[in-house]
Amino acid sequence: MILKVENVSQIYGAGTPTETIALKNINLEINEGEFIALIGHTGSGKSTLVQHLNGLIKATEGKIYYRGRCIYDDDFNMKELRSHVGLVFQYPEHQLFEEDVFKDVCFGPKNLGLSKEEIEKRAYAALKAVGLDESFYKSSPFELSGGQKRRAAIAGVLAMEPEVLILDEPTAGLDPLGRDEILDCIYKMYKEKGITIILVSHSMEDVAKYADRLIVMNKGEIAFDDTPHRVFKHYKELEKMGLAAPQVTYIMNRLKNEGFAVDTDMITVDEAADAIMNMMKLEKIND
Amino acid sequence: MIREITFGQYYAADSPIHRLDPRIKLFGTLIYIISLFVANNIVSYAVAALFLGIIIIISTVPVKFILKGLKPILFILLFSVAFNAVLTNGEHVLAKWGVFVISTEGLIRAAYMGARLIMLIMGSSLMTYTTTPNELTDGLEKSLGFLRKINIPVHEMAMMMSIALRFIPILIEETDKIMKAQMARGADFENGNIIHRVKSMVPLLIPLFVSAFRRASDLAMAMEARCYHGGEGRTKMKPLQYKRADYTGYIIVLVYFAVIIATRILFKNVLHF
Repeated sequence: MILKVENVSQIYGAGTPTETIALKNINLEINEGEFIALIGHTGSGKSTLVQHLNGLIKATEGKIYYRGRCIYDDDFNMKELRSHVGLVFQYPEHQLFEEDVFKDVCFGPKNLGLSKEEIEKRAYAALKAVGLDESFYKSSPFELSGGQKRRAAIAGVLAMEPEVLILDEPTAGLDPLGRDEILDCIYKMYKEKGITIILVSHSMEDVAKYADRLIVMNKGEIAFDDTPHRVFKHYKELEKMGLAAPQVTYIMNRLKNEGFAVDTDMITVDEAADAIMNMMKLEKIND
Repeated sequence: MIREITFGQYYAADSPIHRLDPRIKLFGTLIYIISLFVANNIVSYAVAALFLGIIIIISTVPVKFILKGLKPILFILLFSVAFNAVLTNGEHVLAKWGVFVISTEGLIRAAYMGARLIMLIMGSSLMTYTTTPNELTDGLEKSLGFLRKINIPVHEMAMMMSIALRFIPILIEETDKIMKAQMARGADFENGNIIHRVKSMVPLLIPLFVSAFRRASDLAMAMEARCYHGGEGRTKMKPLQYKRADYTGYIIVLVYFAVIIATRILFKNVLHF
């Protein structure tokens, strides 16, 4: 277990008319090598929760443990935590500031106080991992396209070589192609480097495709925490929270209601296609 | 950490003060500030404090909020009170040390100075607590409308002001976000010597400027797309119109001012300066 969240609550503006409870008694364990997706309606507290995980927000109540050590202890090194738990914010390209892309990616490892060679080695590796072409390394980050900027910004966090990489809606505002490229590249890193991924997302399709654990937040609480297959079975409850299951799940349910003998807990298009093919084969045999 | 700024923020409530026309609130605040300088004795100050107290109670804004507005000027307040106390020459000298003199007159003056500053800030922050920035600029635009005759672009200035006001919370939020994003990359804004700290601002300021320009150009585009072309021939969805309560408001403010002048003349010898 790499991170543990224990009875964490977060209340903003306590005692004022604008008091809002962002998180309500959250308990969570994050294990090494997991690919976790975090979903929830706007304002459900998912962004707040992920910012707790690397100590950017201090919980009003409760504790967070990194490898068994409470991060709120006085002698706990926050900077070190942030190098182990990397957080990519929404629209991360808004944080770019250096003269060129390469220097910007170096910012993170430089703050860790590494040697120059090590910094550059990490920056190259990170830029390579996000698939940004070498011809962009020396151009100003403000000259890149939206998708390229996003990659450069993600590389900026990756260069710190975190053990846990949290991405807060990394595909917001990108076109479908850019979206798939970013997600595929994240999945590749997950597979190759074995890092733990927490992906905050609005897309049920993406979640179904990549994650092996799905956490659903609703009004500051954890509503579900299970495998995507099992969570999406509760699609009626998800709808009440302003969420939904992947579209194929609905198609499968429709098919079953129409009298076809298919399994309804398919959550990706590939699974569904296989299931329908199998059904058709069976029907042929029966004929 | 930067959410603490309360001066000039709106406190949403539905009180008779909130419902008043912004013009009367502007006028009232102006008269109140003048009255604080007209006041020169304990009775005038008591009347001014009482008036403010009553308005605060009617406005339903918690006193805690209004007092919070004093925090930023605490230093100036202490500074001016201290200077008045130790640098005023008077007949009744209590203590003397070099250029520093503590006299009865000085102490009275310092007390009045402090009270005046406190009431000044409380009075004007009460106005911003009970008036939305938009109402405020509307009120300013309308009250200063006569300046258009001498070619002062009142509407444009009011528009600039409301845009600037609108951008403050957005930029604060943006600063908070960028700060966190850079902290997630190991940036340190709090420790180190002054040079280090100024340098550490670069990763915050550059993205902030870029985003401010981006937002400004987006806004300009959105305004042009909706055919904005300045104040010429522009009408308002909710034009400001005086209601009965507003006239009552004017009368109350004027009566208050008359009382202050009267007390200045009548009690000019009671603990004055």
